[in-house]
Amino acid sequence: MRLDYPANIKIILVPCTGKVDVVHLLRAIQKGADGAYCVGCLEGSCHYNEGNLRCRERVNHVRDLLEEVGIEGDRVRMYNLSSGEGPTFAQYATEMTEHIKKLGPNPLNTKLKN
Amino acid sequence: MIVAKRKPFDEIMELLQDYKKVLTVGCGTCVAVCLAGGEKEVAVLNSELDMARKLADNPIELGSTTLERQCDREYLDELASKVDEYDALLSMACGVGIQFLAERYPEKPVLPAVDTSGLAVNQSVGFYEERCRSCQQCVLGWTGGICPVTMCAKGLYNGPCGGTNLGSCEIDPEQPCAWYMIHERLAKQGRIDNIKNICSAVGWKDTVPRTLIQPGYKKPEEEGA
Repeated sequence: MRLDYPANIKIILVPCTGKVDVVHLLRAIQKGADGAYCVGCLEGSCHYNEGNLRCRERVNHVRDLLEEVGIEGDRVRMYNLSSGEGPTFAQYATEMTEHIKKLGPNPLNTKLKN
Repeated sequence: MIVAKRKPFDEIMELLQDYKKVLTVGCGTCVAVCLAGGEKEVAVLNSELDMARKLADNPIELGSTTLERQCDREYLDELASKVDEYDALLSMACGVGIQFLAERYPEKPVLPAVDTSGLAVNQSVGFYEERCRSCQQCVLGWTGGICPVTMCAKGLYNGPCGGTNLGSCEIDPEQPCAWYMIHERLAKQGRIDNIKNICSAVGWKDTVPRTLIQPGYKKPEEEGA
């Protein structure tokens, strides 16, 4: 397909989004990522039944934790698509990048440099 | 098991505000099972604290460790070589573990990161319901295996009271009447007469810390005697 998506996206492969833990997402932000998002299978079609549903719960939890800390929870999001939807993957990558650009840099980054 | 809930984040921040180097100590037993203070929860809390303190221009250095149990001296001893490096210890164990840690290292401020809620059953992952108040006078043999101290709003050893209302408690229609449940279960088991057994009042006046020595055991100081 040779689709383009923003070069700032770094992909981390996991066997299922159910593997993604709260601390993985928190540490991404803690280490300076401006945003982090999980892309799981469509709801209802998880090979492990509920991996993507658990991931969504964890993403929601992380959003709350970040708000507690004083960072916008919306820097972390969950998307769903099927493995055959390459264009949707590229579309989500663009959408997330634009969304994060609107939010601006991770507020920790200015502190991390000091 | 003992269940606990993590304290509100702002409260933990306030407790730690004057400390620059803190060791967060998890407990690998009850609070790990109830998802409040095990290794994972230590990692999450430290991550949050690190970010929040950086944002507040008051950075903190955090260490983390999770002991098998904080209510056993032998596991607490594992910290002996580390404790001096830190200004304070933040314990994610139950109230028992927190106190034992503070007792073992009395020179260090030991701060709680969880609120201990009681002895509960695991109804589902992350969902716990209290069943025992550890009153040291178990009457479950007479009450069909339902604890009136825990399940009755008044903790009545002999009930029901006048507030029982078609199976509900007077405090809330959603709250079942413990003594109604006891009556129903005893009736089903054909031992309704058990409800007539008068249970004597608990000696709550003796509110000193209770100790327990199992048959065949002694206090360490009595071992050589």
